[in-house]
Amino acid sequence: MTEMQSSEALPLATEDKAPKPSLVRTSRLGERIAEGAVKFVALTSIAAVLLILVFVGKEALPLLYSSEMHQEVTPGALVSVPGHVWQPVSETPKYDVLPLFVGSLKVTLVALLFAVPLSVAAAIFVAEYAPKKVREYIKPAIELLAGVPSVVVGFFALVVMASWVQRAFGTEHRLNTLVAGIGLSFAICPVVFTVAEDALRAVPGSYRAAAMALGSTPSTTLARVILPAAAPGIAAAIVLGFGRAVGETMIVILATGNAAILDGSLGHSTRTITATIAQELGEVVVGSPHYRVLFALGAILFLITFGVNFLGERVVMRMRRKLAGAAK
Amino acid sequence: MTRTQRSHVSSSGASPPTPPRRLASLRYASRVSDRTFFALTALACLVIIAMLVVIVGDVIIGGSKTLSWEFISKAPEQGMMKGGIFPAIFGTVALTLLMTLAAVPAGVATAVYLTEYAPQSSSVARWIRVCIANLAGVPSIVFGLFGLGFFISTVGHAIDSAAYGGRSVYGQPCLLWASLTLAILTLPVVVVSTEEALRAVPRELRDASLAVGATKFQTVTRVVLPEALGGILTGSILAVSRGAGEVAPILFTGAAYFLPYLPTKLNDQFMNLGYHVYVLATQSPDVDKTKPLLYGTVLVLLTLTFLLNLVAVLIRARTRRRARAAL
Repeated sequence: MTEMQSSEALPLATEDKAPKPSLVRTSRLGERIAEGAVKFVALTSIAAVLLILVFVGKEALPLLYSSEMHQEVTPGALVSVPGHVWQPVSETPKYDVLPLFVGSLKVTLVALLFAVPLSVAAAIFVAEYAPKKVREYIKPAIELLAGVPSVVVGFFALVVMASWVQRAFGTEHRLNTLVAGIGLSFAICPVVFTVAEDALRAVPGSYRAAAMALGSTPSTTLARVILPAAAPGIAAAIVLGFGRAVGETMIVILATGNAAILDGSLGHSTRTITATIAQELGEVVVGSPHYRVLFALGAILFLITFGVNFLGERVVMRMRRKLAGAAK
Repeated sequence: MTRTQRSHVSSSGASPPTPPRRLASLRYASRVSDRTFFALTALACLVIIAMLVVIVGDVIIGGSKTLSWEFISKAPEQGMMKGGIFPAIFGTVALTLLMTLAAVPAGVATAVYLTEYAPQSSSVARWIRVCIANLAGVPSIVFGLFGLGFFISTVGHAIDSAAYGGRSVYGQPCLLWASLTLAILTLPVVVVSTEEALRAVPRELRDASLAVGATKFQTVTRVVLPEALGGILTGSILAVSRGAGEVAPILFTGAAYFLPYLPTKLNDQFMNLGYHVYVLATQSPDVDKTKPLLYGTVLVLLTLTFLLNLVAVLIRARTRRRARAAL
């Protein structure tokens, strides 16, 4: 809408270009201060991202160079402890992060396996089929699901869902990867849904008209025209869902059982990176090797999600620009 | 595929003025494949909504037995096994209020800069947008690490050694640092919805204001911001709701397991509903005994966040309707 307005007001826009600089010059000092202050505050977000990187990284860095740290743990030892054990509190502490990474990955993949088909299908329904009335109820409901605090979902997984899953699959441990993964899918469904629905809506109506005019059935139009056009956006939805799932803490801490076991089983208890940080940081000595390893895990987590989000955002932007160009 | 797509594009030049935005006509299609597609996607939608209903339903059924005036107005007793959760409610409210005080002005100012002041091609604005988008994706536990490493260990210790002779006053987990940590976490929520609201303010209003001699800042504060108030409120309330439910960022920045007093100073620790749920669920020796308390606490937390969400959704619906009517 704004685009249309600005193109209509084109002659006006060129005219008010002229007084703009003079307005700035003649304005009182207060105006300049106000603008400066607004801009300064706006820089908070850039500062925040940089500060997070610097201060989480700073606490982890001594692991790389401090010989004092190396007496207990070296960067190489983080993945090469015999048997790959994570036992930070013992006579000879063992810091092998491999079980934690595998744990995070396992839970995340289970969550995506549940959440992606569901959310993408639901997005197709809302974007393509649902009557307006129905849509107006579904979207707030899914937003409400996004508003459920993760500790509540975790609690539900721990108290209720764990028993259901154990009864249905006869899992060895009551709290396990599967329970946490399903719980986690509750939290990422809204993210995947929202991004996928946006992508589907960005597909211009002319695509549908053209396909239908050529005689393709609605399902063919969907499968051969709309979905391919929206594919980058749906990929971005999955990527963003992955980022959210890897970083989620409270659901996995309550539902995985938190045993650092390195295996591929879904029925066994597992321990994720986020849960490890949350459970152990409160009890470590500030500046100890254990403390530094936990910050290093946090820094890696930050970099992973940063990269994943950057990728997702870029894909979405590029697809929008392409489709907007096609619509004209 | 690209060739077919291109042919769609070129044909769209001669297409009717309003091509179908959706495939809604499919509902009436008779082919089996079409009906299957429709049914499967509708089912997926139902499943997601069922998730919400099951969680909320279970919490309401489980929690309503515990809920009483005593439960929400009294402090925990007998090692958290009896009594109420008033200190946790108080702590959550205090935390989110302080967080709002920091996040809303900063978020609104950021949005105002992006939409009103920044030049179209500003690279600063582009970087701010990139950072906001990425801030929204940073895991909440990393915010906790950041709060500990920056606010407590760095800023707090600096304040202590400068003003309190090294005595630990601000160099420890407390209300102030937890709320600032949460404020950074919720900043993107405020920025995004405020930006949307500011963009919806018609350009003519700004032009009219400038034309009658108002300065840029007067235009922003007296014309644009009041006009966008609905969107700003929506964003702020959503931020509060998000902040009220977060646990991971406050684990090491100020939440306490149990406190015999209510927090009254910025450097007090505090109890918190979400943290209370976490502690009761993981550290209780007798799960069956704490279960009613747990359900009650979860119900209070869920009610709090849902009420806030509901208010936000209602305000947004109203402002959108009004905006549509104005066009």
